[in-house]
Amino acid sequence: MIKRKIVLHFPHEQVDKPIVSKLVRDYDMEFNILKASITPREEGLMVLELSGEQEDYDHGLDYLRDCGVSIQSLSQDIRRNEERCTHCGACTAVCPTRALYVDRDSMEVVFDQDECVACELCIKVCPPRAMEIQY
Amino acid sequence: MRKTIAEINEKIRKGEAAVVTAEEIIDLVADKGVEAATRSVDVITTGTFGPMCSSGAFINLGHPKPRIKIQRAWLNEVPAYSGIAAVDVYLGAAEVAENDPLNSVFPGEFSYGGGHVIEDLVTGKKVRLRAEAYGTDCYPNRHWEAEVGLEDLGEAWLYDPRNSYQNYNVGVNLSDRVIYTYMGVLRPRLGNANYCSAGQLSPLLNDPLFRTVGIGTRIFLGGGIGYVAGHGTQHHTDVPRLSTGAPSRPAGTLAVTGDLRGMSPRYLTGYSMLGYGATLAVGLGIPIPVLDPEVVKAAAVTDDDLVAPVVDYSNDYPQGTGNVLGEVTYAELKSGSIRIEGREVATSTLSSYHRAREIAETLKEWITSGRFTLTHPVQLLPCEARGGEGGGLNDQA
Repeated sequence: MIKRKIVLHFPHEQVDKPIVSKLVRDYDMEFNILKASITPREEGLMVLELSGEQEDYDHGLDYLRDCGVSIQSLSQDIRRNEERCTHCGACTAVCPTRALYVDRDSMEVVFDQDECVACELCIKVCPPRAMEIQY
Repeated sequence: MRKTIAEINEKIRKGEAAVVTAEEIIDLVADKGVEAATRSVDVITTGTFGPMCSSGAFINLGHPKPRIKIQRAWLNEVPAYSGIAAVDVYLGAAEVAENDPLNSVFPGEFSYGGGHVIEDLVTGKKVRLRAEAYGTDCYPNRHWEAEVGLEDLGEAWLYDPRNSYQNYNVGVNLSDRVIYTYMGVLRPRLGNANYCSAGQLSPLLNDPLFRTVGIGTRIFLGGGIGYVAGHGTQHHTDVPRLSTGAPSRPAGTLAVTGDLRGMSPRYLTGYSMLGYGATLAVGLGIPIPVLDPEVVKAAAVTDDDLVAPVVDYSNDYPQGTGNVLGEVTYAELKSGSIRIEGREVATSTLSSYHRAREIAETLKEWITSGRFTLTHPVQLLPCEARGGEGGGLNDQA
């Protein structure tokens, strides 16, 4: 049983198709939609937490790729510009998953990408704007 | 046991001065006692790094040909005050770019302001100058545009009317909606608590009665050298105090100044406070000369001993009621949660303790290596609790 957070980019022509439901029906997977958006006349974007058996997971992802959906792992999407971060801690007040937290010894703000669900709350709250989004 | 600043400077010049940070003095006093620490230490360094809105820069732009008496000026579209001599301007850290949508789409982002221009200048970037004038016989030019960097300017001095607040509020929100303040985002119904002080490392909390810092004190400012110009705006020293002398409310402040040349974006960082405005995070560190045991005792203060008032920013602060919900120690604040009205509330800060440490360490290195000597204040700052409206230091160096 594995659990991964991934970002799906749906091409313009696939936006109106029930693609994700097939993952449940045919590949026995569970999903949790963390974020979804469709830009008019552009592509669809969905941040999913997917879980299931490794074999089903691999086949499910193959199916998504066959549909023309491009897949990115979530951890690559929210990044911290280390040069700009001043370790003030303002972001830790809004981060819902404690992906951003203060190490009490060093008093540095730690960014744990594994815990990040890409909610983007930190992006505008960060005073020096060190948190960057890359979809 | 008494020392003078002249004696301490002599040791600094010989490379023999013993310098510790305001964190290190805590352990030293705990181990060896105040008297021994007074004998063995010459200087205690402090540091703080946080948003300080009352900051800005006086800039002389130099004259174009023909000359101009500037009436209105913008740097990267951020308006600069030009109601002073012909090509002198004051760029305020909290000024926002001319075309900024402000809070019209709430909460506004305030992506670029005067603080960002100052950061760009010390980074070595060019900024776009636009100036308008009505024209006079001696200054006929009416319009001037140029790309200017720090090297193109005449004088460029940081001049901050209020920095380094001695203690500060802990902001919370008792209302039912999210609020966006200069204390950061405050979630409803005591969702979080934000503080903004370096506590035991904070310059003015280590010299609570202003016994050593005064007009002319040389300091670490923005990564370069600065000076205390005087007490800052809203310098209130007639406030409730703990037995250590430390204020339990926001109290004294400093006006500081220093040449922008030599400063660094690491310690002068443009900030955007969501829904509030643009500002500048300033790094500032003050060396405290170990003149007598009283100085050491005050500087050995710990986060356990320092308290801050918890204030509601949904009603009490904006309405100016003066109501305080309670007091918490900096040790509690730095632990990550505090108790308010029986509830556990997560804390975060806008003041980077990590960078405050870096500043205290840097200043320590400057002094130890003999590059930075102490100055004798021309006059101490007013402080009711010390008794006296300024005056000189007790010792005569």
